[in-house]
Amino acid sequence: MNPKLTDLEAPTKNVGKARAHVSQNEGLIFEQSAPGKRGMELPPLDVPAVDPAKALGSEFTRAAIEGFPEVSEIEVIRHFTRLSTWNYAIDLGMYPLGSCTMKYNPRVNEFVARLDGLANEHPEQPAEVSQGCLRILHDLQKCLLSITGMDSATLQPAAGAQGELTGLLMIRAYLASHGNPRHKVLIPDSAHGTNPASVVIAGYEVQNIKSNSRGQIDTDHLREFVTDDVAALMLTNPSTLGVFEERIAEIAAILHERGALLYMDGANMNALAGITRPGDFGVDVMHLNLHKTFSTPHGGGGPGAGPVLAKKVLEPFLPVPVVVQKPDGTYALDHNRPKSVGRVRAFAGNFGVLLRALAYTLAYGPGIRQATEDAVLNANYIRKNLEPYFDLPYNLPSMHEVVFSDARQKVKGVNTMDIAKRLIDYGFHPYTTAFPLIVPGAMMIEPTESESKQECDLFIDAMRSIAAEADATPDLVKTAPHSTRVGRLDEVAAARKPVLRWKPAE
Amino acid sequence: MRYLPKSPSERQEMLSAIGTRSVEELFTSIPEKFRLRAPLDLPGPLSESEIIQYFQARAAENARGYVSFLGAGVYQHLRSVAADALIQRGEFLTSYTPYQAEFAQGTLTAIFEFQTLMCQITGQEVANASMYDGSTALTEAVLMAERLTSRRHILVARSVHPEYRQVLNTYAKNLGLEIEEIGYTSSGQLDRAALKPETLARTAAVVVQSPNFFGVLEEIPALAEVAHASGALLVTAITEAVSLGIVRPPAEADIVAMEGQAFGIPPSYGGPYVGVIATRQKFVRQMPGRLAGQTTDASGNRGFVLTLATREQHIRREKATSNICTNEALYALAATIHLCLIGKEGLREQALQNLAKARFAQAELEKIPGLRRVFNGPTFNEFSLEFPRSVKMINAELLREKIIGPFALGTQYPELTKRAVICVTETTPRAEIERFAAAVRRILERPV
Repeated sequence: MNPKLTDLEAPTKNVGKARAHVSQNEGLIFEQSAPGKRGMELPPLDVPAVDPAKALGSEFTRAAIEGFPEVSEIEVIRHFTRLSTWNYAIDLGMYPLGSCTMKYNPRVNEFVARLDGLANEHPEQPAEVSQGCLRILHDLQKCLLSITGMDSATLQPAAGAQGELTGLLMIRAYLASHGNPRHKVLIPDSAHGTNPASVVIAGYEVQNIKSNSRGQIDTDHLREFVTDDVAALMLTNPSTLGVFEERIAEIAAILHERGALLYMDGANMNALAGITRPGDFGVDVMHLNLHKTFSTPHGGGGPGAGPVLAKKVLEPFLPVPVVVQKPDGTYALDHNRPKSVGRVRAFAGNFGVLLRALAYTLAYGPGIRQATEDAVLNANYIRKNLEPYFDLPYNLPSMHEVVFSDARQKVKGVNTMDIAKRLIDYGFHPYTTAFPLIVPGAMMIEPTESESKQECDLFIDAMRSIAAEADATPDLVKTAPHSTRVGRLDEVAAARKPVLRWKPAE
Repeated sequence: MRYLPKSPSERQEMLSAIGTRSVEELFTSIPEKFRLRAPLDLPGPLSESEIIQYFQARAAENARGYVSFLGAGVYQHLRSVAADALIQRGEFLTSYTPYQAEFAQGTLTAIFEFQTLMCQITGQEVANASMYDGSTALTEAVLMAERLTSRRHILVARSVHPEYRQVLNTYAKNLGLEIEEIGYTSSGQLDRAALKPETLARTAAVVVQSPNFFGVLEEIPALAEVAHASGALLVTAITEAVSLGIVRPPAEADIVAMEGQAFGIPPSYGGPYVGVIATRQKFVRQMPGRLAGQTTDASGNRGFVLTLATREQHIRREKATSNICTNEALYALAATIHLCLIGKEGLREQALQNLAKARFAQAELEKIPGLRRVFNGPTFNEFSLEFPRSVKMINAELLREKIIGPFALGTQYPELTKRAVICVTETTPRAEIERFAAAVRRILERPV
């Protein structure tokens, strides 16, 4: 087990939100298995039993699965409850992962997603007995169109990256319908990694463009790059520096003059909802991450949903099916769309995620603006209070997040990852490290609107305290975390000789 | 607003600390002409009880209280209260992708268990955690086969789920993949005569589903042998994962693309579900998606980290194996907990019940004059029947009796009009099967 936290390793008194608590030891579930135990029973079979070897042929059957768990219900409850205590979560405190928008996930959304009549609906059931589901989808579309100022929507993409791909496929189909799909998509060097990866799957070539010294798109530079072979620019706005592209209208105009389109990665929509609308500042197509701005739970890595919103000219190319309201007021899935890019996912999308996002939007209504204001207020408050302690590489107005660098702490050999790990000892989840790539040693902090002034103050105190430690006792920071059940894990060994599953002892 | 933890005076205090007078000043980087002056046109704000009312009203407009004989890639199976309670623990529900391993050992350990369970179930050596769903898992499996073989020709069985094939076509269109579809025989299985060595010699993957869309099991070992003889890979999709409680796993396949919805995840009108790719150890570096690996800390404690990230977009950008980032982690956890609960004996018993109930339903329906089996290959919990009349018309009549009828094949397979795939699971009571059969009989006895 970990060595005990010494006085030196413990965060300074009155600063840390965390204190040591019992962490149960727990093996893998397979290691607790014993023949004959089970955690779930089935009702008795009410039809004659069938011999599988006779029914299917012995070449099609298998014996019971060796090594498969055999445990009771209480053991399963304890196992996963114990595991859960080894995680940090928004429910425990600020989770300032920049670009991830870790905001409060309202519990009522979980409740309504589980209602009988919503959770048990089959995606292939007839439209006449799916009016409730279809109306939920249609209502959400209307809300998202209103918030973004766009004209048409698809809710099918399963996550942001799939939304990117969908938007790019629509751009491609639109340009192809005008005679030439073109070859290149421009991507700023500050972009999320999913952007270039999606471009390649859409069959385009990535052309990286450099940000200017202010971390913004250099419009003169852009003008040189936008040729007749460029299909689109993929832009995150606000950028991954948390800064609004001030020349957005000019950027859109440069593209449009050459027949190219502006794609907006809506990952940072939490800075804009209720304040400004991408549809008004020249965006042709964009996606939203409902698991960010619209509060659906991240669940340790998903599920998400990545609706795509587009201008009228792109509407014919939306994936099939499209949710429509018919003249008689009923709702339907429209499959008859000859220009569609096709399907990007089976069925109607991540419905359970979509309905949670609608529940979130209904809770705020037009008041969603207040959430945006509070998110930006929190980021600027943290920035103001940490500026004297950390290097701010781009001194531009911050929106929902602020990006510092470890330049000052580097002098003592302490880097962004060390500071991030030390934050754990103070009871906070680390911020995003080493991203965006245009900031060496980046520390990207996004508090969201869900944090109180008190929680922000605790975070500020923790960061200031770590800055002091980095100066006085750098090794303490470099060896953090000191309070978790395991210390820093050997990632190199994990990748060199991958052990990716449990196996019974030989 | 109840989700916002600040009082008006605290907001003012924070603004003063920043040195601004009003919150508007924080938004001056947005050009004035683009700043909204009027409130957004949105319904709400709604209190919690009003939100519940809205969704209860929507639920009442759906098929609550209907019995369903639809499968077709989404299955109604038993779910446990314990699993649903556990995935609602905030530490699982409200945590992020476990990049900071020391602070996310719960999620990482569960992912490692998921990977193990998926290997045990599919008979493969490694499994990822996770893909969006079965349809995108299948597409990613095909792209993986293309990278592994450097071939671009893909042979896809028409008995693969039509929507899965549509997704594959969407992705393949711009990547220079040549998709060729192969038909089925009277057994309902892939037409092996169509697998010609001269074609296979340039084929990256033969793609089948088992049980396939008609409910019929494919002969995986034989198909693998044919594919491998010409250097092609065998990709196997699985939409009904509960079948693997008794059905031989596709161990001979090179890549398995599975939909895990059947493992305790609600149908939820199409998602979220959980896709998984399982494959051979030697192919792991071409596999997309998240992977947790075992390692140790400096004190020798066992721990888990996300590993082999050099395959992924956040490191490799345009050279990544896939653009996937957010996946379906919470439902991978749900499936993990469900499988731990149902366990070794339970999963087998559940699969046996599905088989028995489907056989019972098939026998009941085949007693009705004019109904007959379409395919003679082995089936699990879905089977195809030919009806003497349009399935659409029969289904419309059934709906009046609160029965959602089977999946009509005619829309997707023009040659299979008047045929439908019927699904029966352990959750379908015998009485409902009998009521369904009686209703079908009654409808068919009525003059047209």
